[in-house]
Amino acid sequence: MTKYVLKRVLMAVITLFVVICLTFFLMNAVPGTPWLSEKTPSEATIAALNEKYGLDKPLIVQLGKYLENLAHLDFGNSIKMQKDRPVLEIILTMFPISASIGAIAILWAILVGVPLGCLAAYRRGTWVDSLLRVICTIGISMPGFVIATMLLHAFTGGIEGLKFFPTIFQQGTAKSYVLPCLALGFYPMCYLSRQTRTAMLDAINQEYIKTARAKGLRNKTIIFKHALRNALIPVITYLGPQIAFTLCGGFVVETVFTIPGLGRYFVSSISNRDYPLIMGTTIFLAAFIIVMNLIVDLLYKLVDPRINLAKGGE
Amino acid sequence: MSEKNDILVQVDHLTKYFPVKGMKGPGVQAVEDVSLFIKRGETLGLVGESGCGKTTLGRTILRLHEPTSGKIVYDGKPIYEHQYPFEAKTMSVKGADGAMHPETVLVKKPVPRPKSVDMLPYRRKMQIIFQDPSASLDPRMTVGEIIGEALDIHKLCSSKTERTERIKELLSMVGLNTEHANRYPHEFSGGQQQRVGIARALAVRPEFIVCDEPISALDVSIQSQVVNMLEDMQQDLGLTYLFIAHDLSVVRHISNRIGVMYLGTLVELAESYELNRNPIHPYTKTLLSAVPVPDPQVSRSRQRIVLEGDIPSPMNPPKGCRFHTRCPYATEKCKEAVPQLKEHAPGHWAACHLLG
Repeated sequence: MTKYVLKRVLMAVITLFVVICLTFFLMNAVPGTPWLSEKTPSEATIAALNEKYGLDKPLIVQLGKYLENLAHLDFGNSIKMQKDRPVLEIILTMFPISASIGAIAILWAILVGVPLGCLAAYRRGTWVDSLLRVICTIGISMPGFVIATMLLHAFTGGIEGLKFFPTIFQQGTAKSYVLPCLALGFYPMCYLSRQTRTAMLDAINQEYIKTARAKGLRNKTIIFKHALRNALIPVITYLGPQIAFTLCGGFVVETVFTIPGLGRYFVSSISNRDYPLIMGTTIFLAAFIIVMNLIVDLLYKLVDPRINLAKGGE
Repeated sequence: MSEKNDILVQVDHLTKYFPVKGMKGPGVQAVEDVSLFIKRGETLGLVGESGCGKTTLGRTILRLHEPTSGKIVYDGKPIYEHQYPFEAKTMSVKGADGAMHPETVLVKKPVPRPKSVDMLPYRRKMQIIFQDPSASLDPRMTVGEIIGEALDIHKLCSSKTERTERIKELLSMVGLNTEHANRYPHEFSGGQQQRVGIARALAVRPEFIVCDEPISALDVSIQSQVVNMLEDMQQDLGLTYLFIAHDLSVVRHISNRIGVMYLGTLVELAESYELNRNPIHPYTKTLLSAVPVPDPQVSRSRQRIVLEGDIPSPMNPPKGCRFHTRCPYATEKCKEAVPQLKEHAPGHWAACHLLG
């Protein structure tokens, strides 16, 4: 077990290194510089800025310098969006806002999606199943901004008498959280529900479910104790990376609800060519996903005793 | 002991249809109008080719499949009773040539819902041993948990030590090591897994066990061990078995009486010896002639009856006698009327028009 975890950590470091190098070269391959705006600065100014931020050196030297700083947990400073503010500080202030919304979103997605999936499987072929299929298909296929905009319109004054929530996000007020969490969790909820349904259908038709009935167990016990436990593997597999994505903020939802979260920095840092910020956010998300995947792999063992991690996960 | 008390399980006109999506009518007619009784302490063997409804019948008796109609009585108490929810209607149906033909089809008719019976007390008395031991054990539970769960639900053990002791006792009863309680099913061989399945069934001290092809998934060398164990258990614990198999020689060995099924119906039922010596239904004769004999001289001199054609689909079974499409002696009457199971000699029942 310990050996397995050590092996995984080592692999994680290598993965992260590859991600860093790829991102570094890719973002430098994109045309444009951080200094382009409505008023193009003079040649001399650009040269001075490049020198100040070390952008005049060859790429490989820049990467080496970046990695060296990174080893001391120095992510550099933002060069454009929040000029000269440390990237780590930006991430650490923005992440809690995104994470709190993401955590609530993913929580309700699990608490609603998994039971709904069980219900759909248990009532397969009935109107309940059909209704859930329609809702979930809509949720999976509809882009996030549609649902976010619809919610925003309906409940912040667009429909007479339904103005329950504030239009502008205010940190710390519970009411501001409702709509963004609803919008952000809808897709994972629908996806989870479908995934659970498929896995449950497979589990319900297994012989050991008949055994459980023969023992005299109640339906509820059979569904949750025997069937769901066996159906959890695909659900957990999906949840790992999805939690990382959701906690790091949804770009669309944060933009629609004007939430000062991390999500929008992923996209706007790229369009602004704010190189250190691109690197910082990418590394942060990549590390988060790697950690979540490791947790998922360890959870497999807990859920399914047949999985032997020491033997390469066979 | 009175005659009535002698019968542990009685099944009357039991029917099980599996609805087929997108198809009108009854769907797959897996078990059609089967009536039989099982005496206390006996072994009733049930044979027939694959897909003839043996397993479905066994599971329906235990209500692991919800029956479509019929009556099941356990130890004098009805555990299921429901009217037949279909009626035959003549309708014009478009035939293969495009013209309309009158045809009788089964149409659903409204019947009152069956009275619901709490199965929990009966689950303690009626158990089942499944065909595929590896599939019938929950892979996420240790053997101890699998057996213990049955003890818990029926509250058979008052303390934790008693529970552990009972699990150990059961494991040693089926010839497993007591330390095996902490292992998971996949760590066992097929034969051992089936022993776990048997221990699980025995945990609640049942009276009646449906053995649903308990040995067909096992190696031949293990088969006899398990059969002998089942026989010993019956002796020691006074069990009643419904023993389902497609292997006639095993059924012959273990059963007091044997029932033969064809396409969902019971075609013949007799004492084991009588059935083997004197089969009267044409299908039984065919089935018996197919049993291999381990003596080449006898084997060569024997006449083997080979049936023409395939077994018809239970979704659209033949009218009249279900066997008439393949029966070498079929008459016009066989195509029209459904033969009823009648007693042709004491204890020897068969459903065939040719027998009068």
